Amino acid sequence: MEFFLISLLNGVTYGLLLFMLSSGLTLIFSMMGVLNFAHASFYMLGAYFAFQISGHIGFWPALVLAPLGVAVIGMAVERYGLRTVHKHGHVAELLFTFGLAYLIEEAVHLIWGRAPVNYGVPKDLDGTLFMIYGTAFPIYRGFMMLVSVLMLVALYVVLTRTRIGLVIQAALTHPETVEALGHNVPRVFMLVFGGGAALAGLAGVIGGNAFVTSPGMALHVGAIVFVVVVIGGMGSLAGAFIASLLIGLLQTFSVALDWSLGGLFKPMGISFAADSFLGELWNLTLASAAPVLPYLLMVLVLLFRPRGLLGTRDT
Amino acid sequence: MNTRALRSLAVAAALTAASLAANAQEVLRIAYIDPLSGPFADVGEAGLKQFQYLADQVNKRNLAGGVKFEVVGFDNKTSPQESLNVLKKVIDSGFRYIMQGNGSSVAIALSDAVQKHNERNPGKEILYLNYAAVDPVLTNEKCHFYHFRFDANSDMKMEALTTFLAKDPNIKKVYLINQNYSFGQAVTRAAKADLARKRPDIQIVGDDLHPLGQVKDFAPYVAKIKASGADTVITGNWGTDMTLLIKAAKDAGLNVNFYTYYGGGLGSVAAMGDSAIGKVKQITEWHANVPTKETDRMVNEFKKQNPKLDYYYGRAGTLMFMLAEAVKRAKSTDPTAVAKVMSGMKMDTELGQVEMRAADHQMIQPLYISTLYKQASKGGPAEVKYDADNSGLGFKTDARIEAYVSAQPTSCNMKKP
Amino acid sequence: MNGAVLRFKPLNVGRYVTWGLFALVLVLAPVAFPQGFAITMMSQMGIWIIFALSYNMLLGQTGLLSFGHAVYSGLGAYFSIHVLNMIGAGAFAFPVTLLPLLGGLFGLLFGVLFGYVTTRKSGVAFAMISLGLGEMVFAASLMFPSFFGGEGGISANRMVGKPFLGITYGPAIQVYYLIAVWTFAAVAAMFALTRTPLGRIANAVRDNPERAEFVGYSTHMVRFLMFALSGFFAGLAGGLSAINYEIVAAESVSAQRSGGVLLAAYIGGVGFFFGPVIGAIVFTFFVVYIAGLTKAWLLYLGLFFMAIVMFAPGGIASIVLMNLNVAKHGLFGRLWKPYGWVAAAGLLAFLGFVAVVEMTYHLSDTGGGTMKLFGLSFEVKSLAPWLAALATLGAGGFLYRLAWNRFRGEWDDIQRIIAEKAP
Repeated sequence: MEFFLISLLNGVTYGLLLFMLSSGLTLIFSMMGVLNFAHASFYMLGAYFAFQISGHIGFWPALVLAPLGVAVIGMAVERYGLRTVHKHGHVAELLFTFGLAYLIEEAVHLIWGRAPVNYGVPKDLDGTLFMIYGTAFPIYRGFMMLVSVLMLVALYVVLTRTRIGLVIQAALTHPETVEALGHNVPRVFMLVFGGGAALAGLAGVIGGNAFVTSPGMALHVGAIVFVVVVIGGMGSLAGAFIASLLIGLLQTFSVALDWSLGGLFKPMGISFAADSFLGELWNLTLASAAPVLPYLLMVLVLLFRPRGLLGTRDT
Repeated sequence: MNTRALRSLAVAAALTAASLAANAQEVLRIAYIDPLSGPFADVGEAGLKQFQYLADQVNKRNLAGGVKFEVVGFDNKTSPQESLNVLKKVIDSGFRYIMQGNGSSVAIALSDAVQKHNERNPGKEILYLNYAAVDPVLTNEKCHFYHFRFDANSDMKMEALTTFLAKDPNIKKVYLINQNYSFGQAVTRAAKADLARKRPDIQIVGDDLHPLGQVKDFAPYVAKIKASGADTVITGNWGTDMTLLIKAAKDAGLNVNFYTYYGGGLGSVAAMGDSAIGKVKQITEWHANVPTKETDRMVNEFKKQNPKLDYYYGRAGTLMFMLAEAVKRAKSTDPTAVAKVMSGMKMDTELGQVEMRAADHQMIQPLYISTLYKQASKGGPAEVKYDADNSGLGFKTDARIEAYVSAQPTSCNMKKP
Repeated sequence: MNGAVLRFKPLNVGRYVTWGLFALVLVLAPVAFPQGFAITMMSQMGIWIIFALSYNMLLGQTGLLSFGHAVYSGLGAYFSIHVLNMIGAGAFAFPVTLLPLLGGLFGLLFGVLFGYVTTRKSGVAFAMISLGLGEMVFAASLMFPSFFGGEGGISANRMVGKPFLGITYGPAIQVYYLIAVWTFAAVAAMFALTRTPLGRIANAVRDNPERAEFVGYSTHMVRFLMFALSGFFAGLAGGLSAINYEIVAAESVSAQRSGGVLLAAYIGGVGFFFGPVIGAIVFTFFVVYIAGLTKAWLLYLGLFFMAIVMFAPGGIASIVLMNLNVAKHGLFGRLWKPYGWVAAAGLLAFLGFVAVVEMTYHLSDTGGGTMKLFGLSFEVKSLAPWLAALATLGAGGFLYRLAWNRFRGEWDDIQRIIAEKAP
């Protein structure tokens, strides 16, 4: 029970961080059909901006300013890069962001060096929120959960209750009609791309000090955010939310289980030598495979339910 | 050695002595093949700077008997295949000495290629100086005459580490967490075998292997360690996999000691920050706060020239000075002649005597176990004079493990020219 | 994609001359560049030509964007090197010359295995499946050392079996010719494939899957066949690399390798059969040669790739073909001068840009000190070199704009003339 509760908490917090990371990607994809490979790079930029800003004027201003900075960069990328490429089709757009990820990483190397930077948790948030069976639950993890939930609520309100949100929703399905009604659709695209980048940046501000702020951090989360978006259903925020929690819990709980394929046969008196190839496979525990499980889940989802959990259309 | 070999050696020595006299400023060029671009470029760059600094020291103090040393960097992008391309290029440009350290994958590829090259091109041998790749196979199954390793291999480090652990009666439950690839698996294996031999009463309460560089959140692993009741964790993790583990442990208030291989790895100390103080221990052949005189001077001088970098590899000095001494004794820069001198060579360093064991070309040297503390100037223990990564944290020695303790039997069966 | 329209048509001289020239280049290249390093680089180019072309069977010809193509070349390479080791151990006799064929068969096997399920989807779904599959195979390659050899990979000795006509595959030049022969054969086979009904239908499935389905073809089956065959050629490239390097490590199935082949094919031009050949050569040149000159090679490669995506989505091949088209109409004479101006101004801007980049890298890595560039030696922290570099870049950029506008005018004019000439 004790272990179950702690794992549940860990799983939920990790899932919520994943949601912060992937919500922006979902937003951009649903609006523009662009699978943004540089999304994790915006996450990284958020962390580095926050590191730089918090060094001068503290963490709280950084929490606001860093995502804004990332948003500006995102909008510039859309305006001067993606828009040019748009006419060449989705593959070109995707490849553009693919190249952009390379460039952002090199730029980070140049500006902040290749070693991790010391971007720590702010003093106000450093400490223990509560103890659960002798294990500390840090304040910062609570803060991460709070921000993530606030983000979900805010996104929901903006998309369904505001004018710009409605225009975005409409442009999603009927861009020509929206254009004909006098809305500047390219500008809406630019704002959405900037907004999506800002969400990634915010995740970076929060994730950068909880984990490690280094030039490798984009690559570290790069693939997993795609998994979340795909499993949740392309373009579905609620789907991304559920998928994030699902993956968070899946990974956390599978770490706890030392099950292996070979273990199934143990009661029958069959065991496998460890040094053969098949032996390695049979003796592979679920715990050691945990971080790869999401990819397996993604492939299975795509094959058997291609629209994802809550998606409205096939990917 | 038979007389014919002796005679030919004498002839070779005379010839090279003559050529030395003719060309008083002979230059021995060493190709440094390590990552100089991409994610690990900082590690490669720091090593290159240090070796170039040491080459400078050799030249200034004329340690190699009139031969000048020069270290030239080549980028291998940490890729075995790219390293082989670079090796071709380096051989084309007339280098006879190479050195490399980052990644056993690269080391095994290079060592293999050097061996094949030397067999296929007699008289044009290449000598490979390995300063950091720790896979035991390099001095066992895959050993050969032209490969020399100056770091202790991973089994030797575990031997030393467990010897130290065995003396501590407070240690009752040990947890192993490692990356699921050959090195991590080797650490797990060696830890289990060594502990069972030295302290059968110690319980291994957990043994986790996780995919290399894939884990984003270590909290579940920490919860597992906590649930197991372990008092000590042994890990060979490096890079992000280690810093994330230490940070997650601190967040959850896990109060155990971490015995690491790479706790002091370049950049790791800065990334772990205060969460590592008093908890993270490392096993190395040297660290900046081992009291010495000459090395201390070099540490200071190097820092003055490269404020951003640390004098990181103690063994780099051993390597360069041993090579210089070997060149001097061989009176030649021919790799075969130098290798013959260096095989079995003993040398006194500030840390004690070291030996390049003839049987497998593995350096046998004392090792140190140390713990991370605040720097003395920041309120830490007085011994912590120097910090790592300019982070204000540095290592303090817990124990020195004598050279003979960590020496391992070898299965190497080397053909000597 | 405009590639379908601008099909590769050798100038009136005919196809045999083109293929003859290709063979001649392969044969004579080592004579022109006999240095060991050049041979190494050209061997790698050969392998990458096959690899990039096999990738283009998916992206260019069938419209499948894959992020996990290294899986097939990598597994082909792993199986080849195991077979090589078995030959070495005397388990059975098999000529090393034909080993790449075995690599190809294993690539085909995995292409069939993985391809049957993954090709049920196309578009983004396929791309994501290939990404996930690639991640899983890479993770497995580190977890199962008895087959994948762990960190060190599997190494072997290619000098096994009896020498045939004095060929031992010891010297690199013999391996180069082995690669050259296989490259020629594979390129010819892949070209022939584009002329078969399968190749044609693959194009149809790429351009309009609904219609292809309607006409009576199973799009899944077409994609699957193309995928499996592409796996074969990828595995062949893997087998060659196993012989060339005598080592196969986890990097051969990594995402970097998969990303690399995508870059190579796209830079060359996926709309044209010969595009990836050019791309493979340029890409290898970057990775092997430029990387030896500067630490900033990743930045240059990234920028080059982005420039291609933004301004020449047809790749280098499209630029070459457009110029050939002008030459065919005998109008290239008009372009010499504008091209000269563009090149001169571009060179100036390029020099300025390179200087700025190199100085930035130097400053970032060392925090100061003297550096050497273009034969000059200067203090990187002083102002003068920065001003000089920026001025060069600015002036070059300005002149380039002028020259480009002039060139553009001439170019548009020529295109108009050609369009009028056309029936």
